[in-house]
Amino acid sequence: MLGLYLHRDSVIHRLGAGVKMGGLLAATLAVLALPGALGALAAGLLGLGLLVAAKLPVGRVLRELRAPVVMLTLLFGCQALLAGTGWAETLAAVARFAALILLATLMTLTTKVADMVDLFERLFSALRPLGVNPAKMALMLALTIRFIPLLAEQVREVRMAQQARGVERNIAALFVPLLVKILRLADDLTAALDARGYDPTDDGRHT
Amino acid sequence: MIELRAVTHVYGDRPVLRDLSVSIREPRVAILGGNGSGKSTLARMLNGLILPSSGTVTVDGLDTRTDGRAVRQRVGFVFQNPDVQIVYPTVEEDVGFGLKARRVPKDEIARRVTAVLDRYNLTRYRHQPAHHMSGGEKQLLAIAGVLVLEPAHVVFDEPTTLLDLRNRRTVIQVIRELPQKAVVVTHDLDMVMDFDRALVLEEGRVVIDDVPAVAVPAYVARLG
Amino acid sequence: MLSTRDLVLSALFAALVAGLGMAPPIPLGFLPVPITAQSLGVMLAGALLGAKRGGLALLLFVLLVAAGLPLLAGGRGGVGVLMGPSGGFVLAFPVGAFVTGLLAERFATGANPIRLFAVCAVGGILAVYAGGIPWLSVVAGMPLEKAALAVMAFIPGDFIKAGIAAFAAAAVRRAGVLPTAHA
Repeated sequence: MLGLYLHRDSVIHRLGAGVKMGGLLAATLAVLALPGALGALAAGLLGLGLLVAAKLPVGRVLRELRAPVVMLTLLFGCQALLAGTGWAETLAAVARFAALILLATLMTLTTKVADMVDLFERLFSALRPLGVNPAKMALMLALTIRFIPLLAEQVREVRMAQQARGVERNIAALFVPLLVKILRLADDLTAALDARGYDPTDDGRHT
Repeated sequence: MIELRAVTHVYGDRPVLRDLSVSIREPRVAILGGNGSGKSTLARMLNGLILPSSGTVTVDGLDTRTDGRAVRQRVGFVFQNPDVQIVYPTVEEDVGFGLKARRVPKDEIARRVTAVLDRYNLTRYRHQPAHHMSGGEKQLLAIAGVLVLEPAHVVFDEPTTLLDLRNRRTVIQVIRELPQKAVVVTHDLDMVMDFDRALVLEEGRVVIDDVPAVAVPAYVARLG
Repeated sequence: MLSTRDLVLSALFAALVAGLGMAPPIPLGFLPVPITAQSLGVMLAGALLGAKRGGLALLLFVLLVAAGLPLLAGGRGGVGVLMGPSGGFVLAFPVGAFVTGLLAERFATGANPIRLFAVCAVGGILAVYAGGIPWLSVVAGMPLEKAALAVMAFIPGDFIKAGIAAFAAAAVRRAGVLPTAHA
């Protein structure tokens, strides 16, 4: 599946997913701890610096931000007009989050999906004492990725049928065969996994 | 050798297999029959996916009821719909799945995956997602994923039914050249003509059991 | 312990929610905004799979969004979206499915669409908005009540979704293909 990763030959891209995630978390906490305007400034500068270091196309990145920024501006605008209080603080809060969203977006653009999934699996291993089975989580993530294209296609077909018939009446009715199909697919997949020797009692620990 | 002894199976109150006793030791055995004849259920008993309501099924001495896991290591199973058998996003990972489940070391997995992908001409898809492949190629991928485990027997449940003519021929060729013993449930009468034995099921019972040259015409006559 | 069937169901429904995000939004003549089908998936997962598997399905979905797959309606995804104004809603999806499932297991085990509607509304709307609105208020720098007001426009659409989910879930249950909670 094609992810949002945008390949460039940069230091930032080469950094490990764990390092970047940790950095993002730390930056987020630090920015939220700082007073509004200062936080926005710090995050904004950091973001722009990383953007340049990652050699990403600026226009493209800022376009990723357009949707949340537009929404935030509208919300900010409505609130300011209706309530008329705390313009400056609200603006600072919005700017702060726009900057944090920029940092998070950079994370996604410079990190491959597979590397993020590997990172999650390492985190799941750490959660073993809580009863998490990392091998099962890994299998489920792989299964999900594997089946997204197939299910997306089937949803598209249902939607086309809905559009062809005029939606108002039968939306629920058209989803039902799809759901039944998915449940039957689940039965078959379960049998196929059993047939290939998958053992759910395996706790994923390698001796 | 696969042996069924007094196998009866019911779904609710509906009998699907009635008191079947068969020994299968030939290299190529076909199972024929109409819908509802019980042939798919029978196929799934051969690797322990389904346990009989009564009676026993043993594979090389292993009882499917008590040694299910060992049985499934000896008997590979290929389903009619390749989509249900492809688990991982890329071809390479998917073929290696069964080996990973068996804790085979990584370099051994890589070696066996490479060999089987070469064998079935799927090497160019190695790093690609399965949904880029045609139905026939997906079926080959499913077969590859089973064969990489080097089972002693392989059961095929209508392997060619969903495929077009060209892909059908490819899969038939694969089955022909298989070193393992194969039991094939199928509607495809042409495929089975050079098999060693053909069993015809009707309402859960074996009604014809002979070489294909005899069994197939008898089956067709019965349908007529 | 998660059985093979459990993990397959969770994964398939996670893929379904992703698929629902890729389909065009559903226009309903009487609403000004077309409804996206994705939160429908939250309710269906809970109602059909129960709390554990439904919650897990949506957790898988959120993890893959965080990993950078464009699974949210409009082809959006990545950590940035989760950090943004709608992030709280998405992060609340697993909770919504879990609550829907919990209530369904308790109060709507049959095929009664009214009961199913109620559990879908509480799980799919109440629980999700309970997660979404606070985060929105933090991100947008606005007090909770204002944030709640801002999203009011989406609520009628979500009630319709709950209705669709309820009818669909009831029909699927009548079809008898559902695994039991402990299968």
